Amino acid sequence: MADLKKQIIAQLNLKDLKPEDIGDDQPLFVEGLGLDSIDALELIVLLQQEYKIKLANAEEGQSVFRSVRTMAQYITDHQGKAAE
Amino acid sequence: MKDLQAYITAYSSITKHSAGKNGNLVFRRTENSSTGDFFISLYKYLSSDYPKFYKMDNLSKLGFLAAELLLSDRKLSENYSPEETGIVFSNANASLDADMHYMASVKNIPSPALFVYTLPNIVIGEISIRHGFKGENAFFVSEKFEEAFIHFYVSDLFKRSAIKSCICGWVECFQDNFEAVLWLVEKQLRQGSLPFTIDQIHKSYLLSNGEING
Repeated sequence: MADLKKQIIAQLNLKDLKPEDIGDDQPLFVEGLGLDSIDALELIVLLQQEYKIKLANAEEGQSVFRSVRTMAQYITDHQGKAAE
Repeated sequence: MKDLQAYITAYSSITKHSAGKNGNLVFRRTENSSTGDFFISLYKYLSSDYPKFYKMDNLSKLGFLAAELLLSDRKLSENYSPEETGIVFSNANASLDADMHYMASVKNIPSPALFVYTLPNIVIGEISIRHGFKGENAFFVSEKFEEAFIHFYVSDLFKRSAIKSCICGWVECFQDNFEAVLWLVEKQLRQGSLPFTIDQIHKSYLLSNGEING
């Protein structure tokens, strides 16, 4: 999850943050990291670029991007499929 | 058009080597620092707590910082409602700098975060969000800074009572060439104000580009 946090910081230009500042279960949007809708699109790009995973359904985004842990779980679940 | 007296109550500038306010040097760029590093060091110097700054394109960063300088000792919301402050900017290259970065990203996966800056007036939006302004705004593109046009346009907004204060000026950024000079213009006379005339705009523009008193 540490690598994923680094990738999120780089992709979203969160230069004031260090990976350890982001809690594994901390909400990424609104009351958590305060990300917005453009950031959500950037996270979709990150999944595609780094893990070759395309979000099958945009509505999934809300649960996939809830926290770093849910993102990591989604990547683990789909990485095999992406490679197939 | 009958002249309606308005006043320049402050002006700020960011040029290749320094940042200043009212003709006085505020911050000097470290030699050999990149454009990006200069903007970030000025942002930190101004203690602007606004994490979204890092996500902005260079044009928006430049305009944002010039507005931070301009309003460093003023809270316009104490004098005006959100609709009473307007913003009128101009530059030569519109959003070409961001357009080219976006074009480069298209070769791979287009970046949504770059795409949102591919219009020059986004810088006005960033400043408006930061300070809560909701007044009239416009962004014009001209080969060089046209003092007379800015004076005409802002004066007309005042004359039509569309706004009572205005942040106007030149915000130009393309690759490593950048320059911002902003004026705060108000109907209300304040201490140290200059008359809002073409001549005063011209003089303060030249002073700002003379690297601000050395």
